[in-house]
Amino acid sequence: MANFAKSNAPRFSVDVYQNEYLPEGAQEVNAIVTVTSTGGGTTGGLPLPVTDPARAPLGDGGSAAVVVMVDCSGSMDYPPTKLRNARAATAAAIDTLRDGVRFAVVAGTHKAREVFPGNGTLATADPLTRAEAKDALRGLSAGGGTAIGTWLRLADQLLGSADVAIRHGILLTDGRNEHEEPGQLRDALEACAGHFTCDARGVGTDWEVKEVTGIASALLGSADIVADPDGLAADFTRMMENAMGKEVADVALRLWTPQGSRIKFVKQVAPTVEELTDRRTQAGPRAGDYPTGSWGDESRDYHVCVEVPAAEVGQEMLAARVSLILPAPEGGTPQTLGQGLVRAVWTDDMVATTSINPQVAHYTGQAELAQVIQTGLELRKAGDEEGATAKLGRAVQLANASGNADTAKLLSKVVDVVDAATGTVRLKAKVAEADEMTLETRSTKTVRVKR
Amino acid sequence: MPQLDQLSACPSCAEPLEEGDRFCGACGADLEAAAAAAAAAQSSPAPRSDVPPAPRHAPTLPDGLAAAPPSGHGSPPPPPPPPPAAPPVPPAPPAAAAPPAQAPTPTEPDFALPPALGHPETPVEPTAPAGTPAPAPAGPDPRTALDRPGQPGAVADGGGGAEEPAAAGPEPTGPVCVACGTGTIDSDGYCEHCGHKQPRDRDHMESALDTVAAASDRGLRHHRNEDFFAIAETTTSEGTPATFAVICDGVSSATRPDEASAAAAAAASASLCQALPSGRHPQQAMYDALVAASDAVNELAAQTPVEPSKNAPACTVVSALSADGILTVGWIGDSRAYWVPDDRTATPARLTEDDSWAAQMVAAGLMNEAEAYADPRAHAITGWLGADAYEIDPHTASFKPDQAGVVVVCTDGLWNYAESAQEMAAAVPRDALVRPLQSAQHLVGYALDGGGHDNVTVAVVPFPAPSGGAGSA
Repeated sequence: MANFAKSNAPRFSVDVYQNEYLPEGAQEVNAIVTVTSTGGGTTGGLPLPVTDPARAPLGDGGSAAVVVMVDCSGSMDYPPTKLRNARAATAAAIDTLRDGVRFAVVAGTHKAREVFPGNGTLATADPLTRAEAKDALRGLSAGGGTAIGTWLRLADQLLGSADVAIRHGILLTDGRNEHEEPGQLRDALEACAGHFTCDARGVGTDWEVKEVTGIASALLGSADIVADPDGLAADFTRMMENAMGKEVADVALRLWTPQGSRIKFVKQVAPTVEELTDRRTQAGPRAGDYPTGSWGDESRDYHVCVEVPAAEVGQEMLAARVSLILPAPEGGTPQTLGQGLVRAVWTDDMVATTSINPQVAHYTGQAELAQVIQTGLELRKAGDEEGATAKLGRAVQLANASGNADTAKLLSKVVDVVDAATGTVRLKAKVAEADEMTLETRSTKTVRVKR
Repeated sequence: MPQLDQLSACPSCAEPLEEGDRFCGACGADLEAAAAAAAAAQSSPAPRSDVPPAPRHAPTLPDGLAAAPPSGHGSPPPPPPPPPAAPPVPPAPPAAAAPPAQAPTPTEPDFALPPALGHPETPVEPTAPAGTPAPAPAGPDPRTALDRPGQPGAVADGGGGAEEPAAAGPEPTGPVCVACGTGTIDSDGYCEHCGHKQPRDRDHMESALDTVAAASDRGLRHHRNEDFFAIAETTTSEGTPATFAVICDGVSSATRPDEASAAAAAAASASLCQALPSGRHPQQAMYDALVAASDAVNELAAQTPVEPSKNAPACTVVSALSADGILTVGWIGDSRAYWVPDDRTATPARLTEDDSWAAQMVAAGLMNEAEAYADPRAHAITGWLGADAYEIDPHTASFKPDQAGVVVVCTDGLWNYAESAQEMAAAVPRDALVRPLQSAQHLVGYALDGGGHDNVTVAVVPFPAPSGGAGSA
């Protein structure tokens, strides 16, 4: 239902947290940019603000399209509960679709096959189509290989056929992408990037964490493990609700930097760590756009690091102008949704220059946390116990210090924590595969600064 | 920026007013109330009609924007008839400096002020960057302003503000970055090419009246100017002239120190302008002005959202008042006033006693001056204006100099480079008595040459007040 108390148009606010004071000669400016959008997710399907006439909603809920990609490879039958649960989860996701949302179901093996509606287009959700779709799911059977690139290309084709603002995919796999070259998946991801966003899920423990997180990362969605197939339905429902909450797509983080300055890195640091530095597209002589995907009611943090030319004490400059950009159709003037300034002020006040902004410190730690977990797990797999112990010990210390309780809990299933404060740990002799994969998949999850 | 203003025409019916009028002769409007409303720092018109007007000036912006064009009440000459003409002075070196909007060199017996009423700063304000003469760090050059010989008599009778159309300065093109000369300036005040912050209006300010002048600069190490000053001429209840300067230094570790200093200077100035003509004893008037300044800063705190990591807005204040042959100083904090006799063989003196850690140590006999000022805590101030001051302790003192000289009123941005009275006297130009503005500029330059580690603000108050023929500039 429409919530009239809240604006229909999502409003973006941009807050910059930084210590702008630099000592003489310093050239690096760090800032945490918090972007919050409100007003979007709770419109319950009200039309989008007409920023793009070409994408004007077709009716209630008509501004979104979703394709569910279900792995139907042979392995889904071992155990048979996997396919059964996948079917049930897809049905639950379909039940979550709002009326008017365009949707399709794709069965994925070594090739992609349309399950519903099956005519190369999308169906429009209503009680009838939902029932038909669920009927069609009964026909799903396991058999064949896994070539995820083909699934994504089919989804891209289907989603491209609809005139909607939000395009989203949900991908479920239980195995490795064995029946195509890694390059083919990479090409498919490149082709799809920017066309739609996609959440990826691995069910069971026979899939490759890097593949699933790579898909989610490239397509600006979430990645997670569903170790127990019984949990699938709830997870699918949640993903679908989340997708329904999106109101604005293709939002870009635009960074303008002055002459002589350079972006050292840009990463999303909350809710998960996501490196964006290499995903820049130039937008004018001194500005670059970094994709952020679609937004509902949510808040994300970005860590921006800019290298500026050294200046004398007493100088002040703008190190970066951060704005959220909604591209206009056909190359029109993009709409600026909000902006903030990253400043640099050189001073000889030692107290000012030596203090580290708490937000910057926190997220520097969270990024390191993700990094040491991934390295630690790799070392462990490679048999370097000493190295793995050191890295995972550091991870325990960071998770503990920053209050990242979820990650700390996942870590404690992989290592025995002797002293969290100092990061003293022992590797567990026996670790459930699911626990290790969960830790790896979720290593990029961060928490916000403790208040 | 306080708008110091006086009325030369009735705000309700535009009837020209006689100086000293309390009510409009045509419509009966209460002019005192109107004047009070019109200006952040206002004063009641002099109560007696034979009293000269009380021109007051707020700082002039570097490009000559008048912060507060004063206006006389339009009539009789000040008791000591002003000099016949502004002394010819060499043009300011950087010609980029726009002509000043105010050139308080009243040259007519008929009291008049150059950018008289009706010359609001509005037309020039938006063009500020255009006229901005130089990148901020280039502070030292005593650019400006009042010493432009071309100031045509600087007369504006009655209320004609039209004499100063050039005050807006050249503005042929859009503002261009002062650092790279290439980029244009965005709405946030940064260059769109190289990102450099553009100079703010307050980076360099100057102002001069007949009997007092002041200059202020951001300095070389700070990124903004948190000092502020106010200078004014008014009269005592006897009708004799009274001149004063107020200087405030915002406390950097507090929130909005720049606003605190501006509010305090304006409030103190307004208070003195009110009290002196009504006959209050100078020392009492000074005390009241310090309290008024404190109230203004406290009021600022009430509007400031609480930032737990920062202190409430705070600043220091120092003021020197010359009236009836008596010098009165008042201060809270570590901004100072020095007495520098014109006869340089006579002994100069510091007139204020800092509210600072070092001064307290010396006063308590725990350290000698050299030790105390060498301590890193030396400059920690123990008294200031602000909501978090425990209890303000306004200090006032009066002196009766037996010879001519100038009072140098300054923030620590200057006296850090000329701490003792002897050093200060040595830094003050020989002709300070007759050229107060140039002296203030020189002293600002002196601090910048010394390193310009802090904002620097200096006012020079000649004593006795230059009277007719002195050729003050």
